[in-house]
Amino acid sequence: MARQGLIGRIGIAAVLVLTASACGTDSGSRPTPPQAALDGVGPITLATGKDTSGNLQNQIDGWNSAHPDQRVSLIELPENADAQRQQMVQNAQTRSDTYAVLNLDVIWTAEFAANQWVVQLPEAEFPLDKLLPATVETGTYFNRLYAVPTNSDGGLLYYRKDLLDAAGLTPPKTWAELSAACAKVLPANPGTSCYAGQFEKYEGLTVNFSEAVNSAGGAVVGPDGKPTLDTEAARKGLEFLVNGVKSGEIPGKARTFKEEEGRRAFQAGELVFHRQWPYQYLKAAATDGSSAVAGKFAVAPLPGLTGPGSSTLGGHNLAVSAFAKNKKTALEFIKYLSSEEQQRANLEKSSQAPTWAALYDDPALTARFPYLPTLKQSILGAKRRPAVVKYQEVSTAIQNAVYDAMGGKGDVGGALTGLQARLSELTK
Amino acid sequence: MSTRLRSALPYLGIAAIVAYCLAPFYWMLVSSLRRTSDIFDSGPIPSPLSFESYTAAFDDRNGFLRSLLNSFIVAGATTVLVLLFATFAAYALARLTFRFKNAVLALIIATSMFPGISLLIPLLDLFSDIDWINTYQAMIVPNVGYVLPLAVWNLTAFFRQMPGELEEAAQIDGCTPAQAFRKVILPIATPGVFTTAIITFIAAWNEFIIALSVVNREELKTAPVITSQFTGTTQFDSPFGTQMAAGVIVTIPLVILVLLFQRRIVAGLTAGGVK
Amino acid sequence: MTAVADPPRSRRRAGTGRLAAALVSPTLVVLGLVVAYPIVSAVRLAFYQRNDGVDPETGLLETGYRFVGIDNFADMVTGATAGRFLNALWNTTTFTVVGVAVEVVLGVLMALVMHHAFRGRALVRASILVPWAVPTAIAGLLWNWVFQADGVANDLLPGPAILWTTDGLQAWFAVIIADTWKTAPFIGLLVLAGLQVIPQEVYEAARLDGASPWRQFSSVTLPLVRPTLLVAVLFRILDTLRMFDLPYTLVGPGKDATDTVTVLAFEEAVRFGRYGPASAYAVFLFLYVAVVAFVFVRLLGADVVGARVGRNR
Repeated sequence: MARQGLIGRIGIAAVLVLTASACGTDSGSRPTPPQAALDGVGPITLATGKDTSGNLQNQIDGWNSAHPDQRVSLIELPENADAQRQQMVQNAQTRSDTYAVLNLDVIWTAEFAANQWVVQLPEAEFPLDKLLPATVETGTYFNRLYAVPTNSDGGLLYYRKDLLDAAGLTPPKTWAELSAACAKVLPANPGTSCYAGQFEKYEGLTVNFSEAVNSAGGAVVGPDGKPTLDTEAARKGLEFLVNGVKSGEIPGKARTFKEEEGRRAFQAGELVFHRQWPYQYLKAAATDGSSAVAGKFAVAPLPGLTGPGSSTLGGHNLAVSAFAKNKKTALEFIKYLSSEEQQRANLEKSSQAPTWAALYDDPALTARFPYLPTLKQSILGAKRRPAVVKYQEVSTAIQNAVYDAMGGKGDVGGALTGLQARLSELTK
Repeated sequence: MSTRLRSALPYLGIAAIVAYCLAPFYWMLVSSLRRTSDIFDSGPIPSPLSFESYTAAFDDRNGFLRSLLNSFIVAGATTVLVLLFATFAAYALARLTFRFKNAVLALIIATSMFPGISLLIPLLDLFSDIDWINTYQAMIVPNVGYVLPLAVWNLTAFFRQMPGELEEAAQIDGCTPAQAFRKVILPIATPGVFTTAIITFIAAWNEFIIALSVVNREELKTAPVITSQFTGTTQFDSPFGTQMAAGVIVTIPLVILVLLFQRRIVAGLTAGGVK
Repeated sequence: MTAVADPPRSRRRAGTGRLAAALVSPTLVVLGLVVAYPIVSAVRLAFYQRNDGVDPETGLLETGYRFVGIDNFADMVTGATAGRFLNALWNTTTFTVVGVAVEVVLGVLMALVMHHAFRGRALVRASILVPWAVPTAIAGLLWNWVFQADGVANDLLPGPAILWTTDGLQAWFAVIIADTWKTAPFIGLLVLAGLQVIPQEVYEAARLDGASPWRQFSSVTLPLVRPTLLVAVLFRILDTLRMFDLPYTLVGPGKDATDTVTVLAFEEAVRFGRYGPASAYAVFLFLYVAVVAFVFVRLLGADVVGARVGRNR
């Protein structure tokens, strides 16, 4: 085991217990930050979730033709974010050098950094001031940069413009307006439901709950990293979801919705309002017959309790695996992918939200993607999810409490009290 | 109840059971033959018929063909090793007299009681230490370990009920115990060995968690793993049609195996272990 | 059912000990490597917890493990997750009791059908074995597909759509349905093997005595296949107690109605990286399985080791 050095030893902490000398008496040595010697040039891999447009391969081809001796090969991981994370964690625990560049969901940064599964990156080498500040923050942990944001994500309210126009309504800015709009629109449109988001018991539920709390003026955790769910705002946020299910404004079926189930329902015309990521825009606007709402919908900022709400910040950051051989190449490749040129090309091909701030104000782009200003607004106002090492446990606790509350088990107050206690314990 | 109805009754029961067994598989087949755009149709026959999903499954980027080969390698090697080891062990346990015999058999069977999921983490550590990550043996050896108890148990019972005079006769003819085993016992045991082979192959072919965990290089992944990791057209998309097509393809070799050898499978169990 | 005696204990005994050792050792080596060694380390790990302090300056996690005695086990029943554990234990048990009971009834029915002589029997047999051949991972995808909110299960059933994968009794049923589909054929197969060794004359005698088909089944068939059935049931009980794939892939982790002890162990280990508590769950389950197996063998006399075979026939 000694041959692996410090990083190896930490990455495979579980192995230690198998070796009598390494555990039992070990009360926990204090780790030092990894020495960021990013050297090694040669072929690397990029491990990422599904390439959403086929454009990633173009980008890689572009890099490969310029760097024939440092070829990048693409490794596509399962579509499910939990499965992606599991694969990346396993890659680290087995100290495999299969993955070099990791495309990390914004919420994984803390865990991967604290476990030293990814290496610290030199801040000076990236044009961080050109990127949306909120997105850069998601790549840092304890004021050190571990991952560079290449695409961001913010929630949008997709709405049926045709139905609202027919009723003489504008997109709702508050939850009350949303209910009122539904009350007006639904009677004339049987078979249609009012509102849905991602309410299956998975990460999406954490996102939607955080958004509801944010949009009521609260926060899941405060600036000091401690939970703040014992507030009136948190209560109003959860009530929005719970009462929605109770009153039927949120269809029962929505409790099985992840992104795709919801998108199908929206595209089939079953929903008036849908909280969703930008990727749905091109899909729902498709005119090949796959979408029944093409040309009939538009997007608006998320509504809130008293005014526009605020989204949860999504997106992905690129990091370098601590077990990769060619770290220098990995670093250069991340620079390449996060450049303005590549981000622009990617937006044009895939409608993914870039992190390069200036792209949102580019007239040529906004003409093509009319939702860009709304999206920028959503991302700028977006709140981070807690940046803690035990994020998985925090998120699971949130999902447990919210899923049960939305399913009518227990009351809102009790759910929040229990959750506040559990999160306090986890963020101690 | 009229006589006619009464005589039809068993056939109705048969039809019901067959329908119950085949309906989900049929649905998999039907779903795989739809176009992606009407994958959510619920008609019993795909219309129009489309092989789009099959083309997609065999798309080069998925590496599905390669994964089928890997599955054959892993399941095949597992089967050969399991048969070899299990036949040896079972012969000793059934037909030789030695101390702790029943204890050894009980121990072998007891190893199959630990939850497999929990063996995963220590195994991952072990394989990382001996550099077995991303190798075939990292999938084959655990598979062998998981199927061995059942195989040993089945074959032991099989050997046990063969007449004891067999070896004596062979020895009188001047055979060593090893020769007696090879020339006399093994030929008679063929049905039991055959059944064990099929059960082993199916178990190894279907293994998922280990194959998912010890290998993360595309060119080594087995078919069930690759199938579960098919990616859709968008970030959140599940490619149901492609997965169902791949599912059909992964299942068909086993269905053919079962179709061809169903009589033998049953015969092997009948003559052997389960009695 | 020929009378069989143990191999004659004769002069051969001398060399047999060594031969036996040579023959059994490959099996023992493999089992030692991939089963016994992991079990030992899992048992050991169950008494440790990972250090989870965060360095206040760098934010890096402490390394290493500390010995915590029986804390991991105590936490199972008294800690913050005690509710989840007891619930998972309940699910594990009910899945096993109900699932195996349904499988036995279906499996015996299937065996009777497969045993019945008629034209096309081979095809019927093969189709009954199809669910058994479908890889579990694929079966999970398939049933998930069938039980979607707008999936075919709801299309076939009358009334409002059932949300199969939401937490609740319906999710529990979805798992039972999928599990029995997959495994009843296995029981059917083993019982069929038992049926085939019942001599035809026994039935003829029963028929001459004027026994009804049900009487024939209950007083001739059932007692004669009982030994086979018991072994089959035991194997299924052991398997079902450790059920993981279906609750995990079909319904998803974290649902009160379907979480099993293995799902908890997997979540603890893979999602949260808490190997100590995960191992504690596994060790508990191992003991639970062992006790159930022991009681089952003692009470019902399932002849697993086959020790009686030689003597009783």
